[in-house]
Amino acid sequence: MRRFELALPRSIDDCLKILTERAGEAKVVAGGTDLLPQLKNGLLTPRCVVDISGLAELRTVQRADGQGLRIGAAATARTIELDPHVRSKYPALAESGALVGSVQVRNLATVGGNLCNAAPSADMVPPLLALDAEAIILGPKGQRRVPLTSFFLGVRQTVLAADEMLLEVAVPAPGPRSGGHYLRHTPRRELDIAVVGVASQISVNDGVCAKARIALASVAPTPVRALAAEHALVGQPVTAALIERVAEVAVEAARPISDQRGSAEFRRHLVRVLTRRTLTTALERARADRRED
Amino acid sequence: MAKQILRCAVNDEAVEVLVQPYATLLDALREDLGLTGPKEGCGTGDCGACTVHLDDQPVASCLMLAMQARDRAVRTIEGLSKGALHPLQEAFVRHGVPQCGFCIPGVLMAAAALLNEKPRPSEEEIRYGIAGNLCRCTGYTKMVTAITEAAASMPQGASSR
Repeated sequence: MRRFELALPRSIDDCLKILTERAGEAKVVAGGTDLLPQLKNGLLTPRCVVDISGLAELRTVQRADGQGLRIGAAATARTIELDPHVRSKYPALAESGALVGSVQVRNLATVGGNLCNAAPSADMVPPLLALDAEAIILGPKGQRRVPLTSFFLGVRQTVLAADEMLLEVAVPAPGPRSGGHYLRHTPRRELDIAVVGVASQISVNDGVCAKARIALASVAPTPVRALAAEHALVGQPVTAALIERVAEVAVEAARPISDQRGSAEFRRHLVRVLTRRTLTTALERARADRRED
Repeated sequence: MAKQILRCAVNDEAVEVLVQPYATLLDALREDLGLTGPKEGCGTGDCGACTVHLDDQPVASCLMLAMQARDRAVRTIEGLSKGALHPLQEAFVRHGVPQCGFCIPGVLMAAAALLNEKPRPSEEEIRYGIAGNLCRCTGYTKMVTAITEAAASMPQGASSR
């Protein structure tokens, strides 16, 4: 491993001060499951690493007064996977947390890391995009909120400035009769990286789609929403035939590359299949949803 | 670069040790504390040979900085059981599970964490619970048999320690 200094801030203010003083040469670590391999192979060479894993206030998943969730940047994938409230009200997100690495990795890997590392294949991102989540970012000038749709700039690139840090992810409550589902395709069942991942979130009112979100991973430099497919659903009675047609439309949002994990053609095929499957399950869940808020 | 003082509990004992800021927890355990049970297989969190418990949860110690274990409780295979072998270890011996043996400390720590959470796991749950542990001798079938047997031999609901 390359040598670096390690800062151990005792508060968020402390952390921000270090990031300001060391802007450009500091890197935040939370779980370290993405960062440490990059430090070991020399892909990243920060002079200073700032550990936020000790900041307890960043490790929690809280219900925000019936207004959804506030997920601390250092909350682990394992927390997301097991949290009873997340499992019952945000099943797509819980499912994606359970797919991150092995249990040994999920106990370390964090939601903030999954976002800030900005891999196109990040599993927890599509469900968060489908839930209209926002990144709460803290910098020297205070807080700013960035919708996740604007958070990613490219492969491993985000809107975070060198002196800023991700504080938490705000997830609005999906509203009544809403359901979600996340699926990915991997050749192996465990410990693999998505060839394609799809999250769907849908709200229905008397069988008619009131709101729809479809988000895709591993088909573009950043995770993307399938906007045209979403529009094709809203206001329509949701039938199997419509879902099939919408899945075709979702393919248009994909700009996949061919690599060792799969060809562009295979990825487009997977977008269609996984969109159909996630929408079908999301619809079943929406119909069964009896939430109060 | 100045070393830092890591204070934590390792196998139920308070530990104070000087570590490099860039040392992994695995480095500190093996090099500074002489606990060579956890192994470095891949160094990237794929193989699970470095699995230890952090506050009773299994983690890949090669993916953690040593200082990230400050004020926390670490358990390695050396501290899995006091005195006698752990029922999992006994079952592994009985079934001749270890072949080359390199993956075994990690597998045992993953299995022990699983049994703490699910005292009577199904075969599916066992396979999922050790999915993060690679055995290049490919001795998985015997592992599943031994873990199943160990689970059945342990009093339900009791701690594995």
